[in-house]
Amino acid sequence: MGERMEIRLSGSGGQGLILAGIILAEAAILDGKNAVQSQSYGPEARGGASRAEVIISESSIDYPKVTKPDILLALTEEALMKYKDNLKPDGVIIIDSSIKKPELPVKIISLPIIETAQNRTGKVIVANIVALGALTTATKIVSKESTEKAVMDRVPKGTEELNKKALYSGFELGESL
Amino acid sequence: MTGEVKFLQGNEACFEGALKAGARFYAGYPITPSSEIAEMASQRLPAVGGVFIQMEDELASMAALVGASMAGAKAFTATSGPGFSLMQENLGLAIMTEAPCVVINVQRSGPSTGLATKPAQADVMQARWGTHGDHAIITLCPTSVQECYDLMIYAFNFSEKFRTPVIFLSDEIVGHMREKVVLRDDIPVINRPFPQGDPKQYMPYKPGENKVPPMAYFGSEYVFHASSSMHDETGYPNNTAQNADKVIRRLYEKIYDHRDEISIIKEFETKDADVLFISFGSAARSSREAVNMMRKDGIKAGLLQINTIWPFPDKKVRQLISHAKVVLVPEMNLGQIINEVRKLSEGKPVFGVNKVDSTIITPGEIVNKAKEVLQNA
Repeated sequence: MGERMEIRLSGSGGQGLILAGIILAEAAILDGKNAVQSQSYGPEARGGASRAEVIISESSIDYPKVTKPDILLALTEEALMKYKDNLKPDGVIIIDSSIKKPELPVKIISLPIIETAQNRTGKVIVANIVALGALTTATKIVSKESTEKAVMDRVPKGTEELNKKALYSGFELGESL
Repeated sequence: MTGEVKFLQGNEACFEGALKAGARFYAGYPITPSSEIAEMASQRLPAVGGVFIQMEDELASMAALVGASMAGAKAFTATSGPGFSLMQENLGLAIMTEAPCVVINVQRSGPSTGLATKPAQADVMQARWGTHGDHAIITLCPTSVQECYDLMIYAFNFSEKFRTPVIFLSDEIVGHMREKVVLRDDIPVINRPFPQGDPKQYMPYKPGENKVPPMAYFGSEYVFHASSSMHDETGYPNNTAQNADKVIRRLYEKIYDHRDEISIIKEFETKDADVLFISFGSAARSSREAVNMMRKDGIKAGLLQINTIWPFPDKKVRQLISHAKVVLVPEMNLGQIINEVRKLSEGKPVFGVNKVDSTIITPGEIVNKAKEVLQNA
């Protein structure tokens, strides 16, 4: 892993990507690294293209925003179109399999994230946690143990089992590559 | 640095710092991008015996702070540009009556409602001169979540020690980013000096140590009157020229006599810097990265990060400027701090890196400007 990794998580507002970003950053801190999380912050609460940004580094993080992502997660076509173009040359895009795979000069991984959330847990609302699990094992940017601990620390009481199931399903998706 | 480790937003860390400093009273009117502070205060203050009041507006919020302060509480509020404008009148009341309190302004893009959710650093001069009349003010600017926590404790300490309102000038970027923060317990907490001696002889505005009068609280046996009008040591109005001169100078000197103690700055690679950046708030984060990028290119760049912008750290700025070839001031406004730097530059050219489109200044933009300036130097 390089010195500074920039990750952008995108989808539509309400899909829980900001929470996923927070958990990813917390997992990195549990791994003993530094992390900064930020989000695009607008008046709209639902819909539209929404994004969370996370920077992870072994050393201190000065500039707190993403300029050229190493990793882009896109759960909707709209978000992919908006954010696909400025990745690093060796960057990777993880898209939900509902999105048509675009022709791009970077590596693209298509995974059935939303479908897995629906089929394995019965709840599409945990697609963010499935995505986080898949991203963890596909990119190895954080450890599985730290991700699990960070998820359990952040999700609402009473939803731990649901989220754990979602996370493990996500881990499997990333490991299947 | 020991203490609980958390992953928080800058705004959340501001609240944690306030709580650590002993703040137990919050009155405010929520406004983006500061609302998380009000939200946390409403949830957490009542649990520790404190008070949260959602006021009808920011004029009343600032008035409530002055009242709570005189009742003995460490009081604070949080707002953004439009609310900060409304607070200016009663901020003057806090200065005149020497009521310690802390006002957080998480800056957003203006003027007026402006871009309500987007960042700016354009309230620098408003923090200094927003309220009328000759006065001194202390203003602290955080660049990180850890500094939000640490500097809030210092903000309360300065307000208590010098009996003055302190402005905590954050911005949307620092306020909403999340970083690791240690809720450290190694910063000593300072409380306002309480009067000694016979309560009947109490002179509420008789200066004590450091030209600061010891402060009783309403309801204590030390009875006092506080007035927005020019007053003497008794607290009652006194309209003589001699008294006005004495009071205005004392209010100013009680802060300016202690500039060295109040000045919080951080230096990055300044020792041999040919290119000196002077910056604050989120722009200082970009400047630090710009220093890294230029050093990699073999250019000796350095950064003076100013956390205490008022009083302006004249001595340090003058000293570092004298060694630099070129000086640049990145800030998210059209040039506010740069004028303070120019006053001290003794003819050496000082260049701005300014941005007002509501997006953060990038390190690349700073580097490009610095290289352009260097070529012509």
